[in-house]
Amino acid sequence: MGGPSVRGMTDAVVVEGLVKRFGENTALGGVDLTVSEGTVLGLLGPNGAGKTTVVRILSTLLQPDAGRAEVAGLDVATQADQVRATIGLTGQYAAVDEYLTGHENLEMVGRLYRLGKREARSRAGQLLERFDLADAANRPAKTYSGGMRRRLDIAASLIARPRVLFLDEPTTGLDPRSRLGMWEFIADLVSDGTTILLTTQYLEEADRLADRMVVIDRGKVIARGTADELKAQVGGERLELTVGTVEQLAVVTDALRPLSHGELHADRQTRRLSVPVTGGTDTLAEALRRLTGTSAQVLDIGLRRPDLDDVFLTLTGRSAEDADTATDAEPSATVSAGAQS
Amino acid sequence: MSSTLAEAVSDSVVITKRNLIKVKRVPDLIVFATLSPIMFVVLFRYIFGGAINLPPGISYAEFLLPGIFAQTVVFGSTVTGASIAEDLQKGLIDRFRSLPMSRSAVLIGRTVADLGLNVISITVMALTGYAVGWRINSSIAEAIGGFLVLLVFAFAISWLMALVGLLVRTPEVVNNASFIVIFPLTFASNAFVPLESFPAPLRAFAEWNPVSTVVQAARELFGNVPAGAPVPDVWSLQNPALYTVLWTVVILVVFVPLAVRAYLRTASR
Repeated sequence: MGGPSVRGMTDAVVVEGLVKRFGENTALGGVDLTVSEGTVLGLLGPNGAGKTTVVRILSTLLQPDAGRAEVAGLDVATQADQVRATIGLTGQYAAVDEYLTGHENLEMVGRLYRLGKREARSRAGQLLERFDLADAANRPAKTYSGGMRRRLDIAASLIARPRVLFLDEPTTGLDPRSRLGMWEFIADLVSDGTTILLTTQYLEEADRLADRMVVIDRGKVIARGTADELKAQVGGERLELTVGTVEQLAVVTDALRPLSHGELHADRQTRRLSVPVTGGTDTLAEALRRLTGTSAQVLDIGLRRPDLDDVFLTLTGRSAEDADTATDAEPSATVSAGAQS
Repeated sequence: MSSTLAEAVSDSVVITKRNLIKVKRVPDLIVFATLSPIMFVVLFRYIFGGAINLPPGISYAEFLLPGIFAQTVVFGSTVTGASIAEDLQKGLIDRFRSLPMSRSAVLIGRTVADLGLNVISITVMALTGYAVGWRINSSIAEAIGGFLVLLVFAFAISWLMALVGLLVRTPEVVNNASFIVIFPLTFASNAFVPLESFPAPLRAFAEWNPVSTVVQAARELFGNVPAGAPVPDVWSLQNPALYTVLWTVVILVVFVPLAVRAYLRTASR
């Protein structure tokens, strides 16, 4: 805090050559990653990529078959007890006792972190306040909404002021509004200086919260870097539109070619055209103007920012098969046009 | 070392408290945990009571109640398995395992809380039994001994069920699986009818079935065996309390370490 510091950046999490097999299936095939103290690492990948396995090993729930993992300078295999006293874990499902009230849940976890009775109680009060749960503090968690349960779960993992926090898909299954709220809470933690390893399926989420990202697929790291570095690899936003007939694809391709900042991609099967662009909604407006002059029937048009699927398409040549299809293709701005002409 | 023990005790108390809060918040739990024993007492007492031949000098109520006690606490201990499986499913076991808490406290807290539930249901049954004619005909110390035999045996079964819960992982399946084991164990015993009426192989099983000896020990300690009644000529039933305690110790020695080991290796999927 303040003052001159001679100490360099240290790594709060170090993972080297981590291997984990479940029977025939290799969940992790040699993963390396580090998280510098006080920063956030986004571990990005589709379902089944091995994200949760990394978190489970780092939080001492699983033993690796090979490789080494350190948290706060402690070896997770040989110093598991000390590791547990240093970390906070929020799993994929809100692990709260639904029959206990919010306050009772936090107090229980605080006591199990070996805080004194009084401290557990006062920390519980502070965290309920901070996570906007003070009004619901004395209600059983059963009555909480999904977003409230997640917040309670994160509060529980923070009760003993862990140096390193693991958040496993903290917003999966939340509605968009709760997700935004959760992002604010997490961003807040970051400003406190907590080291966080966050797993997510959403590029947008990692972009917003993480300093650096590691992308894994089938237990292997396929890319790493800052959000900008990754986006530079994947490309920026794209204009996407669907037309009524295959013949019209050529028409719209010609009309939009001048706006393109790279190669246009037309898919005859889905009658979809994808145009790499810059300039955001201005470009969208310009595209609409140009399309009005053509005979093409545009069923749908929108601007899309790259998501995990694009990262996968670029890096592996295939889409993130198991990624949640309901949420991974949200256009950032969509205009329905010409559907009735 | 002593601080480790103190921590294990304090963690277990925290977990026991957590489990008992659920009992308080979900009154259905306690209602059903007490209704079914009341139903059993009343049904057996009045439906079978007249049809079952007993040695002279004892009423069916006095013969029956220790059997009902044993059946109910053994069934009561199956709750342990389902609750552990539920905690596993909801990710709570993962959370507990990531905390710097004692490695056995979750299971100790669970089995102790379920012991507490059994204390409640045995109290309700004793009162119901009193209403239908059951009496304790022994000293207070012996009567306490009778309740202790029942509860300690059930506590041991709780640990076995904890292991089942950790391995089976689905509360509904735990319930069905334990029913298949517990039902024959309690019915192929002297809990409801005297063993003299059993066919020979079943009778041999029932004579060495620890549920029979729990029941026999309880009957003796409550003074529910008529003076001069024939003494069964098998060692287990001649020394029912000792035989039951031996079983209890063996079950605990085997299943406490197995359950703790399973707990340390398990993780929700």
